[in-house]
Amino acid sequence: MPNRPLLHDTPGIPARCDDGGVPVAIAIAGLTKRFGSTRALDGLDLTVLTGEVHGFLGPNGSGKTTTIRVLLGLLRADAGRAELLGMDPWRDAVEVHRRLAYVPGEVSLWPNLTGGEVIDLFGRLRHDLDRRRRDDLLQRFQLDPTKKTGAYSKGNRQKVALVAALASDAELLLLDEPTSGLDPLMEAVFQDCIREAKAQGRTVLLSSHILAEVEALCDRLSIIRLGRTVEEGTLDELRHLTRTSIMAETERPAQGLAGLDGIHDLETDGTHVRFEVDTTDLDAAIRRLGELGIRSLVSHPPTLEELFLRHYGDELAKEPERVDRERDTAPSPPR
Amino acid sequence: MTSLTGTVALARFIVRRDRIRILLWIVPIVVLVALTVVGIEGLFPDQAALDQTAAATQHNAAAIAFNGPAQGLDTVGGQVAFQFGAPGMVLVGLMSIFMLGRLTRGEEEAGRLEVVRSLPVGIHANTLAAVLTVAAMDLVVGVSTAAVLVAQGLPPAGSVVFGVSFALVGLFSGAVALLVAQVTESTRVVYGVGGAMLGLAFVLRAIGDIGDGTISWLSPIGVAQKARPFADERWWPFLLLVVVTVILVAAAVTLAVRRDLGAGLFAPRPGPPLAAPSLGHPIGLAVRLQRGSIVGWGAAVLVFATAYGWIGPTVDAFIGQNKALAELLAGGEGGNLTDLYFATSIRVLALIATGFAIQSALRVRGEESSMRADLVLATPVSRWRFAWSHLAVAYAGSVVMLTIAGLGAGLTYGVAGGGMAGVPRLLGAALVYAPAMWIMVGLAMALDGFTPRLVGASWVLLLACVVVGFLGVVLGLPRWLQDLSPFQRVPELPAASLDLLPLGVMTAIAAGLTLAGLVGLRRRDIGRV
Repeated sequence: MPNRPLLHDTPGIPARCDDGGVPVAIAIAGLTKRFGSTRALDGLDLTVLTGEVHGFLGPNGSGKTTTIRVLLGLLRADAGRAELLGMDPWRDAVEVHRRLAYVPGEVSLWPNLTGGEVIDLFGRLRHDLDRRRRDDLLQRFQLDPTKKTGAYSKGNRQKVALVAALASDAELLLLDEPTSGLDPLMEAVFQDCIREAKAQGRTVLLSSHILAEVEALCDRLSIIRLGRTVEEGTLDELRHLTRTSIMAETERPAQGLAGLDGIHDLETDGTHVRFEVDTTDLDAAIRRLGELGIRSLVSHPPTLEELFLRHYGDELAKEPERVDRERDTAPSPPR
Repeated sequence: MTSLTGTVALARFIVRRDRIRILLWIVPIVVLVALTVVGIEGLFPDQAALDQTAAATQHNAAAIAFNGPAQGLDTVGGQVAFQFGAPGMVLVGLMSIFMLGRLTRGEEEAGRLEVVRSLPVGIHANTLAAVLTVAAMDLVVGVSTAAVLVAQGLPPAGSVVFGVSFALVGLFSGAVALLVAQVTESTRVVYGVGGAMLGLAFVLRAIGDIGDGTISWLSPIGVAQKARPFADERWWPFLLLVVVTVILVAAAVTLAVRRDLGAGLFAPRPGPPLAAPSLGHPIGLAVRLQRGSIVGWGAAVLVFATAYGWIGPTVDAFIGQNKALAELLAGGEGGNLTDLYFATSIRVLALIATGFAIQSALRVRGEESSMRADLVLATPVSRWRFAWSHLAVAYAGSVVMLTIAGLGAGLTYGVAGGGMAGVPRLLGAALVYAPAMWIMVGLAMALDGFTPRLVGASWVLLLACVVVGFLGVVLGLPRWLQDLSPFQRVPELPAASLDLLPLGVMTAIAAGLTLAGLVGLRRRDIGRV
């Protein structure tokens, strides 16, 4: 199945909000970033609407962290346009940073400072330290603020960065795999905090590997691969592009399904049948089952995980081909 | 011995990974030995010149304080041992401390050792591999040094003793580093304690050599010099070094067996749950992060300063008017020997203090490559303010270090009988080095701004300044090359008169380099690379 970009059919044209009138918190179009001869970002597009929780998905090394570091003004883009909160992340870094908070995936802190000191430091650097909110979050995340950060585990260092970010007044949260070190209990606390942040009207860009988390939290999501956006939309919209799994038992032996359009992985065993069907062809498939007489029917929409795996499964199969093509057409890097 | 499984493979891996670093330590030391011989032969072309300088140096407390006991100075070999013995041993000691600290506690602190330990590798394999590598480096330095001296026609017995003294001081220093690495959790502390040990060794032997030589036995460098290379060699002092080294290693092994991976001997204590008011802006953070380093370097400078001040009055008592020596001491035009002595002392102190200045300036890069800068720069703190906070500590800290140097030397000199009039003179003599130190800070920042991968070269530049400052004359380096070191451009108070022009020019150069570096930092990507 070919993968079509959902919201913007022509790559390179700035992503636009289709809701009309909803302001855009992050607008990235055609973003390119090279490290030597490696192309970390290759024309990436991303639109995050104000007030939404936006999932940012992609396999390791696909360019999620690079994108966020460009948004923070730590990296300078080679080409393309990036705007956040209506400002240029490189030129207006200080102004932008007054209004955002950041949690990196790998939090390294000063080993001699305590967690409490680090949280206070960030709050004061941002001039919005709220002692009450800070203490409340420390309690919810069960973080001991008197411990030196050198003695913290990865998860506890992540909590320090999370508490510092969530205790701030920032209207935009840039979270780069913020929960990769948290246990399931803390994951639940995190999800509550993000829902509260959304209720307060904050915007969240959540890069994540935990698909259940993205499914639970995100209004819309973008999937990137090799530095390029391959899907963008709501979870429902993305599901439309994919297949529904059907398991059924029919009165008469299940025949005639194989001839229909959009049926995949068909397995028949007498009156038992299971298959997957493209969402656009669902109607025809169910009609045919109806003709056969349905005794039982189980159908479920694809989980994000299936969507993700199928997407990359397909893509990975095509990988060598694509790399070869790129090698032929791409100008060779200067030696 | 399953606890040592994998040692050979790890040692091979270390040598492969650090081959450039290993060569960058060994080759310059051996080359400096060779150059010293050539320099001495040029400085004292015949026996008459050697006899003359030998006679004068007997009575030159200053020279003895900086170099070592006057023994065999009427031979080329004896002169080589006198001029390059102590500095060479300090270099070999630093090599062992930095390599061993890096390969043991450094690997542990970085978390890399955890991965290695999870492999079918014995628990002591990495430590033993590190020890073997560093010991091999010490031996290579010792053997090459002896070989170079013999090749240049010096007596084999003295050459071998000199080479062995390098190797043994290296092994001793490595053993100290190994022990400290078991006690502390921080690699920086290993470097700090190791450096302090060498500094103390240098000072103790200076005090001992000025007196009857007893106190020198407390210093590994002093003990090595007791083996008298090129002056009726004797081997038994080496035995003392070997025994102490073995005891240190045994102690380190005992401690290593008892502790957990990643931990030190003492568990970290809890700290304050709230930040102090000062920890609310970049400068406050920079001061807090560098507090330990300021105290450590300040203490080192103070120890050296008081030792030099204390020796001061002794220089008055010794008599020496040898012109060649006066030049050797200060590279100047003669004058009062005590003033020359203090001019050289202050220069030594300024060079030590520059170690702090560079370490402080390199914090900018350290924060960046540890990714901690990301978190600070994601708040409304500009790159300019972020970098400047650490540079401000480097700039101001330089002045603090020089103040400690001047006051420490001046007050001790006064208490020891030299008179309190020396206090303001020595303080002034120290403070004029500030612009030279700022140039080194500026160079470090410029490297960071434009070639961040090469910031480590700042240390090489400092080492070059040290070599020029200590050995420029002996090595016969061309004048223009010596003048590239900013420290050679500083008026040598109290022996020379104050000249404000070079100080102004140097301050401007320092400001220009710093500014250029900041501009470079603002234009480039932030990150590990």
